[in-house]
Amino acid sequence: MKKRFASLWFRHLKTDWMTVCKPHLQEVPFVLALAVHGKLIVNASNLLAEQAGVHVGMAIADARAFIPSLHIIHEQAGLGEKILHFIAHWCIRYTPQVSLDKPDGIILDISGCAHLWGGEASYLEYIVTAFKRHGYDVCTSIADTIGAAWAMARFGPEKTIISEQAQSQELLSLSPRALRLEQFQLNRLQSLGLKTIGSFAHMPRSVLRRRFGDGLLLRLDQAMGFEDEFVISIKPILPYEERLPCLELISTANGIELALEELLIKLCRRLSGEGKGLREAELSCHRIDGKIERISIETNRATAQVNHLFQLFAIKIPQVEPALGIELFSLAASSVEDADAVQENLWDNRIGLKNPAVTELLDRLKSRDSSCEILRYVPAAHYWPERSMKIAATMDEVATVDWQTARPRPTRLLKVPERIVVTAPIPDYPPILFIYKRTAHYIKKADGPERIEREWWMDQGEHRDYYAVEDQEGRRFWLFRAGHYDGQTDQWFIHGFFA
Amino acid sequence: MMLEDKKALISKLKKDLLVWQGVPQRSIDDSLMDLGSLEEAFPNGVFPQGVIHEFISFNRADSAASCGFIGGLLGKLMQHGGICIWISSIQTLFPASIKSFGVVPESIVFVSMKRERDVLWAMEEALKCPGITAVLAEIHQLDFVQSKRLQLAVEKSRVTGIILQHNPKMLLATSCAARWKVTSLPSQSEDELPGIGYPSWSVELLKVRNGIPGKWQITWCSQGFKVAPNKTTKVKDWTPRYQNLG
Repeated sequence: MKKRFASLWFRHLKTDWMTVCKPHLQEVPFVLALAVHGKLIVNASNLLAEQAGVHVGMAIADARAFIPSLHIIHEQAGLGEKILHFIAHWCIRYTPQVSLDKPDGIILDISGCAHLWGGEASYLEYIVTAFKRHGYDVCTSIADTIGAAWAMARFGPEKTIISEQAQSQELLSLSPRALRLEQFQLNRLQSLGLKTIGSFAHMPRSVLRRRFGDGLLLRLDQAMGFEDEFVISIKPILPYEERLPCLELISTANGIELALEELLIKLCRRLSGEGKGLREAELSCHRIDGKIERISIETNRATAQVNHLFQLFAIKIPQVEPALGIELFSLAASSVEDADAVQENLWDNRIGLKNPAVTELLDRLKSRDSSCEILRYVPAAHYWPERSMKIAATMDEVATVDWQTARPRPTRLLKVPERIVVTAPIPDYPPILFIYKRTAHYIKKADGPERIEREWWMDQGEHRDYYAVEDQEGRRFWLFRAGHYDGQTDQWFIHGFFA
Repeated sequence: MMLEDKKALISKLKKDLLVWQGVPQRSIDDSLMDLGSLEEAFPNGVFPQGVIHEFISFNRADSAASCGFIGGLLGKLMQHGGICIWISSIQTLFPASIKSFGVVPESIVFVSMKRERDVLWAMEEALKCPGITAVLAEIHQLDFVQSKRLQLAVEKSRVTGIILQHNPKMLLATSCAARWKVTSLPSQSEDELPGIGYPSWSVELLKVRNGIPGKWQITWCSQGFKVAPNKTTKVKDWTPRYQNLG
């Protein structure tokens, strides 16, 4: 598809921003000053100051000579970039590809976007009006190349639209400064009397290269469209994303639900067409006041079922604060996996984890309470009880080793073994009595010891000698002694309860 | 003659009532749970599935014993595959232990929620889901309204629900099909071998809907449940003991 670019140039970016923040500055000539080599230099000036002859790069002392009442504000470092970033993010509503054009411009890749606003002319009109309403003075232009759009925004008439392939004609009458050249190249062109692009554009390339270097040719080619130019979007486009701009502002839960459903249908149709399903998705609601409300979901198994995903989002819709209204919804699938869509329809009566209804249930549980943990355990090749199992990474993971069933394990295992007081008169025999939580248990039957060595490559410490014991009432416990018997009683612990 | 007619009529009506209430008829392949004489306590002599069972325990050892007994039941319920969802807010089962009760630990999905309210909500949601064999929730207190909600959820999907109540402050009346209490008994060893033998429990059915409460001694041996035949005694004193509790 033919590329089209729009260039936005903010003539008074920083001063406009100051005026928006402090409306009383609207009527006063003021400048932003920056200290350079111990001297205050004008770094930005508003329209009123410019009309009086104050321009960027002038010393503050000179500027005061023009306007004695000049209002001076000290500029913070990086202010312009910060504002530009903010504006660029705001511009995402006009196209998904927005890139910065420092220090005071923005490049929009509008290929395939303008018709949504009724053509390029009304598209530009929309943008300019929106910025004007917010108090920003913007010059715009649309062309086939970034270079041409940049040039026309700054040096051409306002809201210029260069029709397709016409840039090589339109640019000829502009000054060489419109080509984004280095200062020394401009000086050289000036001294040779080449005052327009047309005066040198048709010169032999070898001549130009010899006198001005490769840079000039590159810029010329980029502007004319002989050389591709790439820009880095401030927001990389996710491969699976759907957007829904709204003509009327949405501020009700019903409206959000409708928008969400429409987006989900579009996204899921695409996903299932490609045999994929989503694992994570995020709905961004762009509000009219510039804030973005986000809700996100995740699933246990890749799915492209509209109803199920809608239910997951529906739980979170009350978290969206629409304020004055939402003008754009975008739904992005940030994590996508292969899913067998055909099988899901064929085998709806499967039992267990293969049944989509079960994974959908688990997704619902997870989205209700974000701290909810859904775990499945598979055996691990360790004897140490706490490590004898591991959390299964996926719902399909199968055991690679067998569960150890040679010796019984307690149904309840304490997370941290608790200390007990025992009477154990004979080394390597189970105790005859132990006190746990101020209750004495007289041991009638016992099994053990089962020595479990610590895995020295994982942690340090004593081995454990486990005893399964049964008290006078038939209650069964799992006790262990840490380390070898040394006649002391402070090395005994209770670690679990048997069935 | 009239009296016998009446008796026959009443027993027929009782049977009809059971049918209308959805209690399954006894058939040959219904000895699924292998609980022997304990199953006689249930209506029609069939361990009811697709209802809510309630287990109570007052200390950790008893809750561990309940887990073992439930493990045995789950093993029977899940012998043809299927999964169980085990929901809790604090403590939970040690999965490695359940293998010896005939349950594949991988087929249990453990869900931990922060609040007890969410545990019950999760259980209700899970009970509505038809692809699950059993749902188990560990909580502290279950009241009548909550149990009724669970019962309604279960009636559609026929999933078996198990509630494990730890240290309930009060035993409230619930609409569960059965209320169990499992406590440990000294283990049974074969041939007087030393050491700990097969785990053994005293299983009390405190309440059974349409059934007869009772108390049994059950051992989990290598073949499965073994119900001690002669020690089967009817709980006589459960009414005064638990009436004041609810």
